[in-house]
Amino acid sequence: MYILIAIVALVFVVLTGIVVSRLQNVLKDINKSDSDHSYTSGNKVNGAMFIVVLLIGAVAITWSYLHAREFFLPEASSIHGRRTDDLFWFSMGILTIPFILVNFLIFFFAWKYQHKKDHRASFYPENHKLELIWTIIPAIVMALLVFTGWKAWSDITSEAPRDAEVIEITGKQFNWIVRYSGVHDNKLGNYNYKLIDAQNEVGIDLSDENSFDDFTNPSEMHIPVGRPVLLKIRARDVLHSVFIPHMRVKMDAVPGMPTKFWFVPDKTTSDMRSELNNPKFDYEIACTEVCGQGHFSMKMRLIVEDEASYKKWCAEQATFLQTYPEYLARVPENLKAKAMKYVPAEAATPADSSSKATGSAGASVSLR
Amino acid sequence: MSAIEGLDTAQHHEAEHEHHHEAQNFWQKYIFCEDHKVIAKQYLITGIMWAVIGISMSVIFRIQLGLPDSNLSWLKPILGGWISDSGKLDPNFYLALVTMHGTIMVFFVLTAGLSGTFSNFLIPLQIGARDMASGFMNMLSYWFFFLASVIMFASLFLQNGPAAGGWVIYPPLSALPQAHPGSGMGMTLWLASMALFIVSQLLGGINYITTVINLRTRGMSFDKLPLTIWSFLITAVLGLISFPVLFSSVLLLIFDRHFGTSFYLSDIYINGEALPNVGGSPILFQHLFWFLGHPEVYIVLLPGLGITSEVIATNSRKPIFGYRAMIASMLGIAFLAFIVWAHHMFVTGMNPFLGSVFMFLTLIIAVPSAVKGFNYITTLWKGNIVFTPGMLFSIGLVSLFVSGGLTGIILGNSALDIQLHDTYFVVAHFHLVMGAASAFGLFAGVYHWFPKMFGRMMNTTLGQIHFWFTFVGIYLVFIPMHYVGIAGFPRRYYQFTSYDFTHKFMDMNMFISIAAILSFLAQFIFLWNFFYSIFKGKKAPQNPWRSNTLEWTAPINPGHGNWVGEIPAVYRWSYDYSKPGAKEDFIPQNIPYSQTLESNFPHENELIATEKVIESQNFNDQFNTAH
Repeated sequence: MYILIAIVALVFVVLTGIVVSRLQNVLKDINKSDSDHSYTSGNKVNGAMFIVVLLIGAVAITWSYLHAREFFLPEASSIHGRRTDDLFWFSMGILTIPFILVNFLIFFFAWKYQHKKDHRASFYPENHKLELIWTIIPAIVMALLVFTGWKAWSDITSEAPRDAEVIEITGKQFNWIVRYSGVHDNKLGNYNYKLIDAQNEVGIDLSDENSFDDFTNPSEMHIPVGRPVLLKIRARDVLHSVFIPHMRVKMDAVPGMPTKFWFVPDKTTSDMRSELNNPKFDYEIACTEVCGQGHFSMKMRLIVEDEASYKKWCAEQATFLQTYPEYLARVPENLKAKAMKYVPAEAATPADSSSKATGSAGASVSLR
Repeated sequence: MSAIEGLDTAQHHEAEHEHHHEAQNFWQKYIFCEDHKVIAKQYLITGIMWAVIGISMSVIFRIQLGLPDSNLSWLKPILGGWISDSGKLDPNFYLALVTMHGTIMVFFVLTAGLSGTFSNFLIPLQIGARDMASGFMNMLSYWFFFLASVIMFASLFLQNGPAAGGWVIYPPLSALPQAHPGSGMGMTLWLASMALFIVSQLLGGINYITTVINLRTRGMSFDKLPLTIWSFLITAVLGLISFPVLFSSVLLLIFDRHFGTSFYLSDIYINGEALPNVGGSPILFQHLFWFLGHPEVYIVLLPGLGITSEVIATNSRKPIFGYRAMIASMLGIAFLAFIVWAHHMFVTGMNPFLGSVFMFLTLIIAVPSAVKGFNYITTLWKGNIVFTPGMLFSIGLVSLFVSGGLTGIILGNSALDIQLHDTYFVVAHFHLVMGAASAFGLFAGVYHWFPKMFGRMMNTTLGQIHFWFTFVGIYLVFIPMHYVGIAGFPRRYYQFTSYDFTHKFMDMNMFISIAAILSFLAQFIFLWNFFYSIFKGKKAPQNPWRSNTLEWTAPINPGHGNWVGEIPAVYRWSYDYSKPGAKEDFIPQNIPYSQTLESNFPHENELIATEKVIESQNFNDQFNTAH
């Protein structure tokens, strides 16, 4: 950090030095009359500055790049993430060539062709061949980049595989709430924003039997490793955007328009902890669409774990109805019997809430 | 003024009438003036004031981001309650600062201040017209802008602060006062101000287009127009097509906010209450907004590129390379500008297929942009370059335009945009290619045409010092900002301490902030130079940069009507610099080929025959038509 500040200070000290020396010339110039000298005043110094800035700039950019590199694109933990990372560095590599070439030519020509007395510029108004060349070359490079990008994009945004684990994530001011389809029916129940209240934060519709075993969590999301995960994303007040930096996942959460994003995480949290040598490492979910005062701190922890511990975690979660048995009143009469299975024993009639998966019986599921 | 020759008595009377007014009425001369030169200066001075406010805001939030532990109590006299007792910036006000910085810089500084100033100042002077097609509309245009400015400025002093949903004001955040304090009165005033601003832009734009098409002087065919005028013309067309769409989106938002409609609202539960609105779409707003928002980038940038073309050619003492290719690429950019808007929306949930289409269209725009960059460089090649401050800023513009434009190719790629969208990578990209590049166009224009505006010279050395501080400062701010973006830092975050993945780069952010503050301070060199030179600068010669365009044939302090006597006729393009065989290294546009036999090309000798025809025309002189 101090090195950086020292470098900035140095650059500005050098510039200040130039300022002071030039200012003295200004004071001298004030008394001089118009002449060719004043028309081209400071030409040599400025020409030289282009070379100085070019050289210092090249060193500074190279050094700062190497210095900052350790934090670039935090270790990708999803399959498509590594693909887009490769594509990013491939594109960056290609683009570095014109970046260096063009800036070099601008600075070098500025210095090289600075005003010389009794010299005349060459009258060179056009050259169709040259113009054709530098129209076609960028066009070809663009076509290449478009094609690779388009392939990646259409794969990433394709329909999620059927075996994908479906998890709903809802943004609100200022936190995320995840909802799981439950261990029995593996289907998310319907929702309606008009049903939202202080407990039912995502508006679970309890007239849909698929909702009975759904459970929610406002602080952490668990996902299984090595299997597609499909996020169903929605917002209940203003725009938010789900951003999982390590998974290369970003998708807006829009009130009234559910969105989705699927990906295959392939490193568990503990894999990453040992890989990064950081026992405190955690995946994080952030918001990247400005949503108000707490926008900068909509943090949710993401835990990637193997299938067994994921299943175990899911089974341990209390369903919404278990947490709030009073919502049993919202369940239509004909489904009450089914719902009873998901209500804690003391609140319901004694019944074994064991493995009879009853909810999957052809119920109509619409997630809008 | 009263010495206009060759006019009939009626005109003479008119001129004296005019003179009479100017001598007596301060209001008509300096305030509600219909003279394009005064209106241009009004735009410029207002733009400069807004720039000071807008950049100061960025300095405050850069302190918050880069030096989060600093005590901001010293800002209490200005910001009052927005600074807590412990000297911390209020998070809501942070968002307001970000929002207002964007709004002010994009619309009030780089649209009104740049295009408003130079379109007004240069169009009549460079095409050889007495004034704009409608001086009255032109005056209205400025005063609508002024009114918009007053309203926007007033919103800064509201109890709940100004608008704070980002400069893109996406609903529902901007539509619901209960969602954020800035979405109340602050947003109402923002919308009112922008509506007036759009009116101002349309009045101005219609005028620019009409003037360029109808009021060119004798011989000034379209293929002889300087590239500045081409850029202003294309900019005005862009604005004329796209601003009404912003107006409609603003109007619908006003309806949603005040009249209970549901254009952008649906399924919302906020503050313990489910709103009745259903069926609207926030994405609709984004489509409408970016239909303006993307062309707006070029509305800001094209005048800068036009100014650069002119300044680089003049000071390289060379014709601009590929004049026709430059026009074609501007037309290409302008056309493509309308069909790429959704690249701002790749991850909004828009249909992915649309994303592919927009990615393809977006990357095409790199081609005409590359052509422009290469043509500028070839213009420098084998030149005889004079580093006037205007020239330095033009060269700087080309560098910034290329460096910033290249990262656009990354962002325009929808697959890569997934990770980089709404991170500092985007911020760095558009500040280089659109913000800084256009600001450099503004500086280049001010330094280059200051002698024509005020009849005095700005100090060259101070201008050069200003350039180097600004140029180096801009790169010091925005190159590291790319790094922060690649690391995944999201924009519009009040602080970076909430997450582990942003709990790094403290030094980098501090570096950026310090560089930003120093670059800001460097702008005071410009301000001093500008205001001092208006009153005390050296008197300007007739043609200080030895330039070809028509404005330098007008008197040093042009009066109403710009030229004394007849408007000069035009016989050649404006880029006859360093022509082989010519006595001087420049031949102004109003010199006929018959006077430059020694330097004419064969096809130009043939054009001598047409000179009589050009001379005999005089249909465009506003002073020669009956009133």
